[in-house]
Amino acid sequence: MAGEIPILQIGDCLLVSIQVDMHDRLAMALQDDLTVRIVQSRARGVMIDISALEIVDSFIGRMLNNIAGMSRVLDAVTVVVGMRPAVAITLVELGLTLTGVRTALNVDKGLAMIRRIIDDGERGAGAGRG
Amino acid sequence: MPVEGSETMAVLTSDDVVRVRQAVRANAIKAGFSLVDQTKIVTAASEIARNTVDYGGGGTLLIELLREGARHGLKLTFADQGPGIPDLERAMTDGYTSGNGLGLGLSGAKRLCNEFAIKSTPGSGTIVSLARWR
Repeated sequence: MAGEIPILQIGDCLLVSIQVDMHDRLAMALQDDLTVRIVQSRARGVMIDISALEIVDSFIGRMLNNIAGMSRVLDAVTVVVGMRPAVAITLVELGLTLTGVRTALNVDKGLAMIRRIIDDGERGAGAGRG
Repeated sequence: MPVEGSETMAVLTSDDVVRVRQAVRANAIKAGFSLVDQTKIVTAASEIARNTVDYGGGGTLLIELLREGARHGLKLTFADQGPGIPDLERAMTDGYTSGNGLGLGLSGAKRLCNEFAIKSTPGSGTIVSLARWR
């Protein structure tokens, strides 16, 4: 369980919707909880909904980068969805490019993206994960 | 420059960083900032507030609503009595970090504002002031 941010499971995907203005410790806790849940649930995809976030600063950006990197190592795909336009504009000016993070406009498109990447990966590898 | 209102708050913990974001947002709305301008100054405030907590050992924030003719602005002054920054020039460089951040705090916050000044004395503290105009 995430301390204050619930992690929902839908099939082989984990869904996190960040609905609070996160202080730094909460962001770190989410990062830890998510990696544990990816392993426990053998999830292949992680979707993080940030549509309620009014800002993404370098700390939250680093958290998103870390989650994407750690889930990649654990054979799962992370997609961040729902970024507000003002947040996107500010992020670029701040200098944060989130290079390792895949993004989609909304939850629907995010799920489709995760599905596609998992399917492509399995076809490419010839076999699924054992 | 006429100051139309001001408030001071403590910046001691990571919960205070969240409170700083909320207070700066409320004042940016009062100053009539657009949503993008609000987001920029709140993000800049969040970066500097975190520095004040993590590196300065905590400090204070002074928020001032400015008016110059028809222009409205917001000025934020963060002050701490921490160890100071020994090499300011390096600290202002993109990607340079003395901690475990991305090294975008100071340089990124500067890009998000119209005015930015930093004064740091090793051993006695750091003052960062930033302003954004509507």
